[in-house]
Amino acid sequence: MMNSPLTATNADVLAAEEETTANLLLPHTYDIVWSLVIVVIVGLVFYRYVLPKFQAVLDERTAKIEGGIAQAEKAQEEAAEALKEYHQQLAEARADAAKTREEARAEGTAIIAELRTKAQDEASRIVETAHRQIEAERQTAAVSLRTEVGALATELASKIVGESLQDSARQSRVVDRFLDELEAAGDEPRTAQTASAGSSAGKEG
Amino acid sequence: MTARSDGVPPLQWSASGPYDLRETPLSTPAIPLLLAAEGDGEFHAPTVADFFPPAIFFEGTPFEFNRIMLVRFIAAAVLLTVFVIAARRAKVVPGRFQNVIEMILDFVRNSIAVEVLGEKNGRKYFPLLATIFCTVLVMNLTGVTPFLNIAGTSVIGLPIVLALWTYVMYLGAGVKAHGVGGFLKNSLLPPGVPAPLYVLLVPIEFLQVFILRPATLAIRLMANMVAGHLMLAICFAATSFFLFDASGGMKLFGAGTFVAGSAFFFFEIFVAALQAYVFAILTAVYLNLSVEAEH
Repeated sequence: MMNSPLTATNADVLAAEEETTANLLLPHTYDIVWSLVIVVIVGLVFYRYVLPKFQAVLDERTAKIEGGIAQAEKAQEEAAEALKEYHQQLAEARADAAKTREEARAEGTAIIAELRTKAQDEASRIVETAHRQIEAERQTAAVSLRTEVGALATELASKIVGESLQDSARQSRVVDRFLDELEAAGDEPRTAQTASAGSSAGKEG
Repeated sequence: MTARSDGVPPLQWSASGPYDLRETPLSTPAIPLLLAAEGDGEFHAPTVADFFPPAIFFEGTPFEFNRIMLVRFIAAAVLLTVFVIAARRAKVVPGRFQNVIEMILDFVRNSIAVEVLGEKNGRKYFPLLATIFCTVLVMNLTGVTPFLNIAGTSVIGLPIVLALWTYVMYLGAGVKAHGVGGFLKNSLLPPGVPAPLYVLLVPIEFLQVFILRPATLAIRLMANMVAGHLMLAICFAATSFFLFDASGGMKLFGAGTFVAGSAFFFFEIFVAALQAYVFAILTAVYLNLSVEAEH
């Protein structure tokens, strides 16, 4: 400023400029007025409409999410319960199967035992029948043998003694006695028996 | 002044504008250099006058309406249109558009309101913080919007109104929470200090609570926006000047200033968001200092 000749215009400009500089911090009335108008309008719309609306949407969303979470939890709980039930049923089924198998096994064993018993009975019955048959045949054979042996022996003795032993009563008595002795000696060794039979037959003669 | 000390004769460029840039406190060292480079008066450097454009109507009344007021109304209209449409279409399952709007609101709710004020008070003061944040943000962004090219918050009126709103809210919150006496005691007599120091502390705290807090809120915002506008305007004015009015190799400087201007452009977007965040979070902090039992 010092080394420059200031015209009147320049001085005015400078004065105006200083005023302007001060005004950068000090508001004009119109500035405040219009700013107030704008802030009030924006504030009203935000407070009355925009923010409550967004809050409502947000709350609704929260509620829905919470509801969804609760539902999911419920579903999970149900699933867990179903799984538990299924496991239980499975265990029961297994137990049932095991029991059935056990019963079947027991039954099978019983059937086998019964059959075995039956078979044994049958076998012993057959054996007994066979024994009896054999006994009968033996007795038949013994009877037939007694008769034949008696006849043979009598004939032989008659020829040897020369005496007719035709008297049948006597003959049969002699033979019977002989055979009885023979039988009585049946328990003794064969040699003794034979000897005894020979002696008795000799005595008889 | 630099020009004069270099022995370059006084420039006659002031004919192109009402103010001598070299004399304004907001002029930068770059301005005289640029002016010295070319003396034909074609360079239109930004001035403080940018923030006080001529009236459109109602000149001289309290309802004087100028370009910046128009910019503010446009910004407010855009803000309200976007948010009202978003709110009207708001659904439980959000679309892409609603997601973006909700992201902004969630940011204010979680990172500013609840973070500073806690769950209960955060919810209570969320509408205030959301309104302030959105208003400041959109008004800041007009500074980097083509054709608007000036921030609605770069003139002190709007920052003052917003700061006064904050001021009233935090004083009101303090009085409501502790009563007038309790609030004054809480604010002016910080606990744990030896009694004699209150002679010093009380005036400092008084100044702090009742004057500096709102004043710094308003001035910080306004000054950031003014500085941003001046930087952008200088870069692009210089680009225009170098490319179209300078001769020969000087045109190359235009590329440099254009790159710088583009960088500042993106920086200004960042600053716009940052200042909105700062304004809102300081509001939350002041509210918290008021309602807190002890601090």
